[in-house]
Amino acid sequence: MMRRTLGKLASPQLLALVGVLLINWLLFPNFFRITWQDGRFFGSLIDVLNRGAPVAILAVGMVGVIATKGVDLSVGAVMAVAGAVAATMVVAGYPAPVAVAAALLVGLLCGLWNGILVAILEIQPIIATLVLMVAGRGIAQLITEGFIVTFTDPVLIYIGTGSFFGFPMAAVIALVLMVAVTLIVRRTALGLFIEAVGVNRAAASLAGIRSRMLLLLVYSLSGLCAAIAGIIVAGDIRGADANNAGLWLELDAILAVVIGGTSLLGGRFSVPLAVVGALIIQAMNTGILVSGFPPEFNLIVKAGLIFIVLIIQSPLASRLAPPRLRPAVKGAAK
Amino acid sequence: MSIITKLALAAGLATALSTAGFAQDISGKVIGFSQIGSESGWRAAETAVTRQQAEERGVDLKFADAQQKQENQIKAIRGFIAQGVDAILVAPVVATGWDDVLAEANEAEIPVVLLDRGVDAPEDLYLTSVASDQVEEGRVAGQWLVDNVGDTDCNVVELQGTVGSTPAINRKQGFEEAIAGHDNITISQSQTGDFTRAKGKEVMEAFLKSSNGGADICAVYAHNDDMAVGAIQAIKDAGLKPGTDIKVVSIDAVPDIFTAIAAGEANATVELTPNMAGPAFDALAAYWANGTEPEKFIITESKLYTAENDPAGEYDRRKGLGY
Repeated sequence: MMRRTLGKLASPQLLALVGVLLINWLLFPNFFRITWQDGRFFGSLIDVLNRGAPVAILAVGMVGVIATKGVDLSVGAVMAVAGAVAATMVVAGYPAPVAVAAALLVGLLCGLWNGILVAILEIQPIIATLVLMVAGRGIAQLITEGFIVTFTDPVLIYIGTGSFFGFPMAAVIALVLMVAVTLIVRRTALGLFIEAVGVNRAAASLAGIRSRMLLLLVYSLSGLCAAIAGIIVAGDIRGADANNAGLWLELDAILAVVIGGTSLLGGRFSVPLAVVGALIIQAMNTGILVSGFPPEFNLIVKAGLIFIVLIIQSPLASRLAPPRLRPAVKGAAK
Repeated sequence: MSIITKLALAAGLATALSTAGFAQDISGKVIGFSQIGSESGWRAAETAVTRQQAEERGVDLKFADAQQKQENQIKAIRGFIAQGVDAILVAPVVATGWDDVLAEANEAEIPVVLLDRGVDAPEDLYLTSVASDQVEEGRVAGQWLVDNVGDTDCNVVELQGTVGSTPAINRKQGFEEAIAGHDNITISQSQTGDFTRAKGKEVMEAFLKSSNGGADICAVYAHNDDMAVGAIQAIKDAGLKPGTDIKVVSIDAVPDIFTAIAAGEANATVELTPNMAGPAFDALAAYWANGTEPEKFIITESKLYTAENDPAGEYDRRKGLGY
């Protein structure tokens, strides 16, 4: 266990993260400067943690789904639905804990719906979750009636913008979630079952794994994570923006998982590395913003950097690299 | 009610060119309206105001929501032609591909008025188009800044709309035109905030970090109010006072920016009026009364609102419109 943890520290994902941060530092010398302001840390590095949190949370849910050889395209739309539910409920006068609980429940149900389509109706995940990806945003717009529903509820705002011992609440939530899910899947046999279903569902079922239950579970978790991210994003702007909340974030979440070394073909996965993947993406975004490049270059720069990260992780690169630096997921397979 | 009257007055000014005013009675006319959809709050407000305007004039408005699809709009227009409506209003979702269906309306002698966006089709296929001048919107915002900073040096950070979108290009150009020749005002940083609150806030956070904690920023110019609302939150998080330490000027005049202006957190907004239908109805009224051909391009007013224009009242007048 100890050796595996050390091995992960030298994983290409962490090296890539450090590399992106160093590039940011070269472009903007104050990138690592962190000051203490109004009871919280303040600096670009904190922004990376704060802004990266929603995608990191989505990635925590997404990684389990992808490990079962599935994909969840609906998470962005579920974010919008959960934000809309929480916002309209506090505006209607419900106490914040009730609104948050309702939003989480709605997210869970959305995930369960995806799970039923995939596990019981056996629809291909990409199509099954596409249904909710399209419908979810419409549902969110129905809930908000097309408005941006703004609120002043202190609890919701705290979830989105508050700080916990000086760190952004969103980042703290992401960290807690990552640690909890990692412990649950790695300290029990659950992670192994997920991998077994991802590699070969039929064989896993024959071996006695209740694959249907497991699929329902991973999709529900993904929906729940999306709801958490949706509440954070709504709290951040003090309003539920059904048109834009979580828009295209499902793609960032999938990318984060892939950068984290999990194969889209299912099997081995790593929750912490998926979170690192999310941080790499956000470090690029923040870097582009502070670097002063004209916005026309945003997407090209981002695509170029991601291309480099993926090349570093490619099978060819790992054959050329010294064994110690090979991707942790592959290394662990030996 | 009074905002409607005001808008109608502005509309009246615009169509005064057609010598007719808006007194002509068009009640009882059946007019079809093919709307793009409801992708933004402004669009929803445009629909609401169009309905109000129609009701006020006793027009029977047939409303069709195209859900962002041109094929739906073409279907709706053909439907209107088949029903034999008196006129058709279209907010075209894209600029191309309208020649055939407009020619069909032309053949049926049904006048078509384009709202909010133009099309690439021969001008004789439609009666007129009503739209705002987006370059002028940027110019009005820039002029406000020029008038309010005097001779002091001012670094402006710009939150652009979606890269490559027409409003982003035009509003940027207008602002730059207005500050040209005022060497004390420079755009120090410019990034896209995709017209959304969340991105506006994220980009502003980055700008604050890279501008000495915000001390080097004198003003924010946002291409729409939503990004400005996001930027205001970022400025507050950085421990500065938006509206005072950093001036905030933006475009659209949606209700939430008036809350910010009333609280002293935003300074000015330029209105993109959702009342495109009023001038359209006026042009139709004049056309039917005595065959007056309206101007091909009716430009709506880009009005500046600041704390002096009763922001709290403006909020109340707008909040029910669907923004």
